[in-house]
Amino acid sequence: MNSFRPARSGSAPTTGPAPVGGPASTTGPSRRSVLRAAAVGLAAPALAGCVTSGGDDGQPAAAKGETSADNPLGVPASTPLEVVVFDGGYGDEYATNAESIYKGRFPGATVDHKAIQKVGEALQPRFVADTPPDVVDNTGAGRLDLATLVAAGKLTDLTELLDAPSLDDPGTKVRDTLLPGVVADGTLDGKVYTLNFTYTVWGLWYSKPLFDRHGWAYPTNWDAMLALCDQIKKAGVAPWTYQGKYPEYLNDPLLAMAAKAGGPELVQAVDNLQPGAWKQQPLLDAATAIAELAGRGYLLPGSEALSHTEAQAAWSQGKVAFIPCGSWLEAEQQGVTPAGFDMVMGAVPSLGAADKLPYGTIQAASSESFLVPARAKNPRGGLEFLRVLFSSGSARRFAELNSTLPSVAGATDGLTVSTGLGSVRAAVQAAGPNTVTYRFRTWYAPLAKAVDDATGELATRRITPGQWADRIQKAADAVAADSAVKKYTR
Amino acid sequence: MAALRHGKYRFLAGAILPGLLLYAVFVLSPYAQAFYLALTDWTGVSGQVEIVGLDNFRRLVDDPLFLAALRNNGLLLLVVPAATIGLGLLLAALVNFGGRRGSTMVGGVRGGEFYKVAYFFPQLLSLPIIAVLWQFVYHPNEGVLNGVLRAVGLDFLARTWLGDPHLALWAVAGVLVWSSVGFYMVLFSAAMESIPRDVLEAAVLDGAGRLAVLRRVVLPLVRENVQVAFVYLGVLALDGFAVVQVMTVGPGGPDGSTEVIGLGLYRNAFTYGRFGYAAAMGVALFFLTLALAVVALRAGRREQVELS
Repeated sequence: MNSFRPARSGSAPTTGPAPVGGPASTTGPSRRSVLRAAAVGLAAPALAGCVTSGGDDGQPAAAKGETSADNPLGVPASTPLEVVVFDGGYGDEYATNAESIYKGRFPGATVDHKAIQKVGEALQPRFVADTPPDVVDNTGAGRLDLATLVAAGKLTDLTELLDAPSLDDPGTKVRDTLLPGVVADGTLDGKVYTLNFTYTVWGLWYSKPLFDRHGWAYPTNWDAMLALCDQIKKAGVAPWTYQGKYPEYLNDPLLAMAAKAGGPELVQAVDNLQPGAWKQQPLLDAATAIAELAGRGYLLPGSEALSHTEAQAAWSQGKVAFIPCGSWLEAEQQGVTPAGFDMVMGAVPSLGAADKLPYGTIQAASSESFLVPARAKNPRGGLEFLRVLFSSGSARRFAELNSTLPSVAGATDGLTVSTGLGSVRAAVQAAGPNTVTYRFRTWYAPLAKAVDDATGELATRRITPGQWADRIQKAADAVAADSAVKKYTR
Repeated sequence: MAALRHGKYRFLAGAILPGLLLYAVFVLSPYAQAFYLALTDWTGVSGQVEIVGLDNFRRLVDDPLFLAALRNNGLLLLVVPAATIGLGLLLAALVNFGGRRGSTMVGGVRGGEFYKVAYFFPQLLSLPIIAVLWQFVYHPNEGVLNGVLRAVGLDFLARTWLGDPHLALWAVAGVLVWSSVGFYMVLFSAAMESIPRDVLEAAVLDGAGRLAVLRRVVLPLVRENVQVAFVYLGVLALDGFAVVQVMTVGPGGPDGSTEVIGLGLYRNAFTYGRFGYAAAMGVALFFLTLALAVVALRAGRREQVELS
């Protein structure tokens, strides 16, 4: 039903398709099994240990072929390659396209292609048993937690790939073909473990023709936004809605405004769990701005209970003017959006004149995390697959197939694109180096949940901006004080 | 004779052992492993674990979401079994004794068989599908529930059912009751059908009204079924995972108001990569379920009513 929702890099996968096969989704143990297990359970430690008995003995020497100018990573020419991709909104045609290029380069190798949805559930046992595939697209609601994988030493450092010459131009390293922030997005503890294939930008979406018809101009600061909302409301259209069932969507405009007002230092303080970081004035101001939308009745009534599909459908039907979302929205709304709707994305308005970053600053992050497991049978092949995938031809094909910006710079240059993708591309160009990304969502998933919950309450005015900051700060302090949580800094 | 008996046991063992073996591998062993994992910091992907003793259980006590889950599961436990059994008994009684045939004959309402099938229908749907359907029903703007309320002029009763922390849990409880009441109606109905007609007719001839027959004759005779139903429904109320995960805001929200233990367990294991902690939640849930089963079966033990 809602398989389309490319999880952003770093968003806690609390949403998405229902985990029908989840371990607790059955109605629980029956009375008899409970009683019987109780009798035997405690006395059966002999059975225990099975799940954690994966071998940690010496790493098997992975096959490596001759290194040459045409084969800089030393891929063994005839070793099979196993690719596992997430079969979500982007489908898997882009991956099979890259695989056929790979096979063209290594005709002796067979490629085992698997497109699945529950990446985590399918691969967790294979990671434990140290028999993982060679390259994995760790994406979707059921993906494996990256920080956990890294802490367990299950991933290959991708530095070698980044420093290898790109497929298109031997004079340019792979590293230098990527959009800003892509390498940093895949970095944990100073090492690069994932390479994200899509480039996601967050902003506010609206229908260009709808705005033109009413003579509404896209606001570049919050005062103008409130004034416009008043106009929109008078025209009988709800000014805003959000994907209330998943309040994290509303975090995007909130945190983006705060980042613009407070600058990179604010983002850094938040990510580094500094004491009082969430009580910084720009965050409070941004929270106040969002709460004001609700306070002035600018939110579509009932938004707080709408799923992303429901809220976005209401918006596509022209009942609502603005919706916050990432750049996957256009592809996601294909089929439910009437012709001539011509959606475009605008950068989140500035909070005020004193903002440290300019209006065009965008919150951007790469997603669709490709990784190469450390114990893969053919890790060189896995790296080479990524070199092929991140080549401009393969990236361009992806953009054509999915109306989505790949994380390879210039991949869509000269391509005729839809209104949405065109506006996203323009926003990336206008932002230049001014992109911000919060990392706390990837690093501390429980904190992300606390922020989402608080924002949901803020948007329904059940808590004040001050209470919003207080409870998130408390959650951040708890994470900071928890010695069991591995800490990261930027 | 002895040889015969020996052969019988061998046959029985041959029939039972394969089942027991499967049960040990796929039921008992995971249970045992969960107990062990609850004492570790296993992340779910690593082969290496460290024993952390009772640390995970100490964390449970301080985890606000786990405490919210305990509260919510507790409320569901109070409401769902009682409401389901009450409605199930009422419907079963109506189907079996609601009508009157002749002057003293006791019979069901007209079309009783049809109602049995109709009410049983939700049992045929899997819980996630039910949850998806009810999410549409509860839709604040286009849902059937608010639509009906508005159509009959009760606009002031229309709510964002799943978006209001005071209502969301009851919306979930309603779905749980709706989805199980049909099954228990059929169960109780079968039990009531097995009550000999002459007993009922004798009560009616003695001048007992329908309510008196129900309370004094029928209920004592289906008591065992009710007791078993309570245990099953209690387990259902202690779970609630599927409905909450699919239907609610967050899920588990708004703001933890529909958090249940199973959801926290799932989130900690599969989102946070804290399988050890999740296993501790599982162990806690296990003992809660066990305690419920023991209490329900003990408390309900009373002298059996013998019919013969």
